[in-house]
Amino acid sequence: MPRLTIHQAVTERLEILAPDGTLDEAMAPSLGGDELVTLYGDMTLLRQFDDKALKLQRQGRMGTWGSLRGQEAAQAGLALALGADDWIVPSFREHGLQLLRGVPGHLIYAFWKGDERGAALDPAWHCLPPSVPVGSQHLHGTGLGWGFRKRGLGTVAVACGGDGSTSEGDFHEALNFAGVFKANTIFFIQNNQWAISVPFHAQTASTSIAQKAAAYGIAGVQVDGNDVLAVYAAAREAVERARSGGGATLIEAHTYRMQDHTTADDAGRYRTPDDVAAWAAKDPLARLRRLLEARALWDDAREAALLEQVDDRVEAMVQELEALPPPSPGDMFDHVYAQLPWNLAEQKAALEKEVAA
Amino acid sequence: MSVVRKLTLVQAIQEALELELARDPEVLVLGEDVGRDGGVFRATEGLLDRFGAERVIDTPLAESGIIGTSIGLCVAGFRPVAEIQFLGFLYPGVNQLLAHAARYRNRSRGRFHVPMVVRSPHGAGIHAPEHHSEAYEAMLVNAPGLKVVIPSDPYDAKGLLISAIRDEDPVFYLEPTRLYRAFRQEVPEGEYVVPLGKAAVKREGTDVTILAYGAMVRVALEAAEKLALEGVSAEVVDLRTLNPLDLDTVLESVRKTGRAVVVHEAPRAVGFGAELAALIQERALVSLLAPVQRVTGFDTVVPYARLEDLYLPSAARVIAGVHEALAF
Repeated sequence: MPRLTIHQAVTERLEILAPDGTLDEAMAPSLGGDELVTLYGDMTLLRQFDDKALKLQRQGRMGTWGSLRGQEAAQAGLALALGADDWIVPSFREHGLQLLRGVPGHLIYAFWKGDERGAALDPAWHCLPPSVPVGSQHLHGTGLGWGFRKRGLGTVAVACGGDGSTSEGDFHEALNFAGVFKANTIFFIQNNQWAISVPFHAQTASTSIAQKAAAYGIAGVQVDGNDVLAVYAAAREAVERARSGGGATLIEAHTYRMQDHTTADDAGRYRTPDDVAAWAAKDPLARLRRLLEARALWDDAREAALLEQVDDRVEAMVQELEALPPPSPGDMFDHVYAQLPWNLAEQKAALEKEVAA
Repeated sequence: MSVVRKLTLVQAIQEALELELARDPEVLVLGEDVGRDGGVFRATEGLLDRFGAERVIDTPLAESGIIGTSIGLCVAGFRPVAEIQFLGFLYPGVNQLLAHAARYRNRSRGRFHVPMVVRSPHGAGIHAPEHHSEAYEAMLVNAPGLKVVIPSDPYDAKGLLISAIRDEDPVFYLEPTRLYRAFRQEVPEGEYVVPLGKAAVKREGTDVTILAYGAMVRVALEAAEKLALEGVSAEVVDLRTLNPLDLDTVLESVRKTGRAVVVHEAPRAVGFGAELAALIQERALVSLLAPVQRVTGFDTVVPYARLEDLYLPSAARVIAGVHEALAF
């Protein structure tokens, strides 16, 4: 009996803008100068928004914060590729994506300051509340994209997660269901090399996450996640595939978590400064700035003006955050069920009496 | 005009699903073997042929996937009725059920909600292999945001399932496995609802209140019949919904009889009976003539077929519990 090859898969990696600012013109998406400048502004906003949260946390004005530093290109490139009707299903490090998709910054801050109102997201924003149990959100993205397909819509759902989330069983089930039902879903995995202290090579024996798509009969691609143009191009392709009924795509944005896992973590316990420095040289903002400068679209004066403008915007978000009145104690009871059952009504009344006393 | 026929409990469930699929285009039925096979207990028989594979969906074999994708389907505006083939196989789906489905409304301060139903067989008594006889209601009732429903006869099964599907909160609908085909009852054709959160007095009495649900209601009624022969008048209350609990009906009965015996086949420790006993002593202590008795499964793993009958509360054990209460 012969040994037959029943399956062979090739997994591609997309790189368009090199760390030194060199552009692969043939591969480059057709974005005009204004759009490139906007992308740079978006990424700068994400960096400042994130930095501000870290500063607030050190001052005791913020809860635990998972920094997205280093992942600005991944989130901004994806955001630009989505249409107004598309949905995102974030995990706990997609603050930047949420912000660029229209979730008010003060609400993102509020959620991580320990205020449920920060997840009271208007469905018109097309963003589900962040999912904290790792990997569980991938199934929500599958169900949502499956639902869009059932309705005959071209709308796309993007399930976000990190490299650690791909080790969870729900990642397997989500990709499997998405393959079987041809869901309009993109699985956007930011492989930032670290799941708290566990490095990527200890997370899986696979060379890449992208190659896992082949096992589920869906498309998969790895991109240089610090290259905003590569992320945008891959995401556009995935969006078009889903819109036209071609089913789901797994995108692995190959990037790096420049900060601790969260403000409750100390990455110095498990990784070296050299490792971090090597990735600092691949900074997503610096390379886009080099491209803009080479095209005479950017200079120090514009940088200074942008930083001032972004600082003002982030400061306004902080002011809105801190102007939120304290939550009402009774709030914890009001949204457990559509109608308040007798036991919660009793407990709410007791708490309100206690607080009033 | 409503025609009344005699149906089994599983037929009543099938009929509720069929009516709701026909009434509301957003209702979906999904799970393992629910399509072509009609479900391993035939609760979804004929639904695929009538409604097609977009609405009656054979899913891959994955409990977390079934419940987790149902959450996404709810966000897309559907009302999924998911089947978990046996309650003993629920554990892989517990994260999606308790960490997400039950909490979505609260997490989003009411901006999103998950109007899904999860159906699953409940309890022992059919001599099935390991993991086919579990009674996990205490875990489900302990989860804020989830409603838990369990019928004890075909009429209630149909009306409660229709209510569950129309409810805006996630509902876990437990189906007493041993009752699927145990008996027939008159069930009207067409739609009707049995409201969630309302218990039913299945037999009136004056000496003792037996509180039961699911398959144990029949055991309690059998015990009450026998007790009547010895001159003891037992009232049997079928809780029907465990969360939200109809405490008013429970307390009204206990205040009348002065004695309560709670019956369930799930393990005793931290079981639903413990909550009932606590609520009764908190609110009706002065009416009580005896401590609340618990007649339950043992705090063991439910045994396989050969010892299963010894595990399950019997009418004799319920009668013994009533005697304890009377003798106090």
